[in-house]
Amino acid sequence: MLITCPYCGPRDVIEFTYQGDGNRERPQPASQDLDAWNAYVYDRLNPAGDHNEIWQHSGGCRAHLRVVRNTLTHEISSVAFTRGHHKVAARHKAEGKI
Amino acid sequence: MVERQSPLEPAPLEPELRTGSHGDFEHGIEVILSETRPGSILQLAAWRGQEKELIAGIRNVTGLTPPDGAGAGSTDGVRSVFGFAPRKFTVVDEAEGLASAFAGVVTPAVGTVTDLSHGRTAIRIAGPKAEWVLAKFFAIDFALPAFPVGAGRSTMHHDVFAQIQRTGADQFDIYVFRSFARSFWKALCHASEEVGYEVQ
Repeated sequence: MLITCPYCGPRDVIEFTYQGDGNRERPQPASQDLDAWNAYVYDRLNPAGDHNEIWQHSGGCRAHLRVVRNTLTHEISSVAFTRGHHKVAARHKAEGKI
Repeated sequence: MVERQSPLEPAPLEPELRTGSHGDFEHGIEVILSETRPGSILQLAAWRGQEKELIAGIRNVTGLTPPDGAGAGSTDGVRSVFGFAPRKFTVVDEAEGLASAFAGVVTPAVGTVTDLSHGRTAIRIAGPKAEWVLAKFFAIDFALPAFPVGAGRSTMHHDVFAQIQRTGADQFDIYVFRSFARSFWKALCHASEEVGYEVQ
């Protein structure tokens, strides 16, 4: 599996570290909303198809990346730096990609 | 500054660390390995939006201008600079004291200066088969059009993080963690055996 890092270009997956589901929304640190925290820690979409994920290019430029990976085919349809990834995720959701 | 000791000093049972020809060199030497021992190896990082300031500072101090683009860099044989991550650069000088030269230029408002001179070992691999040997180690494109002279790459070999700068058409400088340098050097030697290599 190759991930095309926006900085380094296409690299083998061995250079990357999976940082978890990219759909999670962390509640505000002071939040007392236990359901929101429970959802943040445990609830996952686990889709059979495109999945919004966070990866780190730990064996390269060390940037954190937002990756859309198809869990059935491993096809990677989008890679971007994580900054602003919630906006991109929202757009993908609106476009029906995830 | 504290005197540095090379991690690649020869030892009786490790012939690949001795200067001279090794491997299958009867048919010619196609790879040359050496330790460049630069006096200064720095990592410079710019805060978001401060990249132009940082590049101007690098130009003022070293006289080198890293070209635009990811992983781009340049070298004049004495000093070298290349980007290895977004807004981050490795700057190398044969002389010591580069960190203090940057101290007044890269201010806390612009970014950070990290002196890695004692933490990295610089290994130079040169010769017609240098590209071929490195291609055994790293899954990146070493061809000249994809990896031009001056450019840098961050990658790794078996979890040994390596920054590679092309400093000539058939010459690369590899910066590895000092503690891994000896083992990495020996791996380079073993990979070069079949084409004949010289340690300088």
